[in-house]
Amino acid sequence: MVATQINASPVIPVSVKNEDLTLLAEVSACTAGVSRLEMCIQCGSCGGSCPAAEDMDHTPRMLFAMLRAGMREAALKSNTFWICVSCYHCVVRCPQNVHITDVMYTLKSMAIRAKLYQDSTAPDFSGTFVDMVEEYGRSFELGLASRHYLKHFPLRLPGMTPMGLGMLSKKRMSLIPKRIENISQLKTVLDRAKELEAGQ
Amino acid sequence: MNDYILYPGCSMETSARAYYDSLMAVANVIGLNFKEIEDWNCCGATEYLGISLTPAYALIARNLALATDASNGTRSVVAPCSACYLNLSKADFHMRERPKLGQMVNEALAAGGLSYTPGSLEIRHLLDVIVYDIGLETVKSKVVRPLKGLRVAPYLGCMVPRPDYEHRLSDHEHPVELDLLLNALGAEVIDFPLKTECCGGHMTQIGPETAFELIHRLISTADVHKADLMVAVCPMCQINLDAYQGEMNHFFRTNFKMPIIFFTQLMGLAFGLNAKELGFGLEIVSAKKAIAKIGVEIQEQKPSGPVRPHKPEGLPMPKPLPSRRQVAVKDEVAR
Repeated sequence: MVATQINASPVIPVSVKNEDLTLLAEVSACTAGVSRLEMCIQCGSCGGSCPAAEDMDHTPRMLFAMLRAGMREAALKSNTFWICVSCYHCVVRCPQNVHITDVMYTLKSMAIRAKLYQDSTAPDFSGTFVDMVEEYGRSFELGLASRHYLKHFPLRLPGMTPMGLGMLSKKRMSLIPKRIENISQLKTVLDRAKELEAGQ
Repeated sequence: MNDYILYPGCSMETSARAYYDSLMAVANVIGLNFKEIEDWNCCGATEYLGISLTPAYALIARNLALATDASNGTRSVVAPCSACYLNLSKADFHMRERPKLGQMVNEALAAGGLSYTPGSLEIRHLLDVIVYDIGLETVKSKVVRPLKGLRVAPYLGCMVPRPDYEHRLSDHEHPVELDLLLNALGAEVIDFPLKTECCGGHMTQIGPETAFELIHRLISTADVHKADLMVAVCPMCQINLDAYQGEMNHFFRTNFKMPIIFFTQLMGLAFGLNAKELGFGLEIVSAKKAIAKIGVEIQEQKPSGPVRPHKPEGLPMPKPLPSRRQVAVKDEVAR
């Protein structure tokens, strides 16, 4: 009886293209280290452990099922990996040892490259942060905060003023950025890294 | 003396000055000797990893390469910031786990005349070093002012106990190291159930409502347990819980005033050091009342610029127009 079931032809909707079925493998290959994404058994420990799951479009478990189903656009449009707070609760609880947080980083970079994010707040923040780091070699909180808040949260500014002034007057925020000495070396390294990344 | 290579990280120079100052003050007492990595750069926090893989790891690995050059006999790199600690160990771990990544990163580093052999350094967080290398007995022996009667909530946040690739702490979710350390200082340590829950990370910047919920869970729980203050081991946790506590209060219509203090600041107090040298007063939510419980007075650190003198004979200011009622009274009197 079992044999007849196995012989039955697999049902794949005509709308799914062949290349979509390799989406899971693609995400896995683009992730740092060995992602073990293929090993997911859909147990849901990740979503159950997530402190921010209620704000997510899909729990990590659902998102991984979508990747396996080749739903590229829907998966990359999800807000799930933008809401991820990098707390690694899911990672230490995953019975299959999937590097879930690192997979989330991969999905962020894929969504940025495909321009499929719905809300630009998070990608812009990451982009601005990286710009500052590439320019100075250090993070520059005041520059980052002012550029980011003016664009994305102008209405939060009045409520944040007392805190911002407190941070400035207690010298917990610097007015001028600090640049590392050998910034040219860092830039050379990063440029080469970008070439290598693009050539993959 | 125990020798270590120090990777301070960007926050220690600015938002977490209290952490840096107190670390330097207690390092002398317990015999920690640091050599800072020369010309280190930002670790990329949680931002660069989500943009591009190889550049993100090359950014982190430049620090590891410089640390290797700097090491005189020691291979232990200490990071006081949890996010820096995780990024450094993440690069080391993943370059080992997937040799192809290690090869790509090294090719990028070579363009700048650098290289790093994964596994050649040992990446440690400050808390781990103090508890396991210096030891609780040594810490205890230096205590001259026990923090008696001070109720503290030990808060580690995420990135030290998790993923903790080398299993340096006792548990991923309920590690005891910080509790034991604070206990050695004589404080009354609360069994804080949310000790490794998330502070919101970068969500204070990109999804404030998600962050406020997480901050609220932590602060309200510490409050229920009647904590005088919460103890942090990471600059990001400290800034989220301290600087955004006001906005969170506004969002939930609450009025919590929970001071968030670095563990090195409390070590300094217990060692009898001066509160100001330990960075007390730099916190946004004042710890004055809490610290007064152990008989220490702290000065609020006021803006350093000259205070504008009050001049009674300033420029003439326009007076408000008299109200109708005042005019009527005046007319009445005149009549």
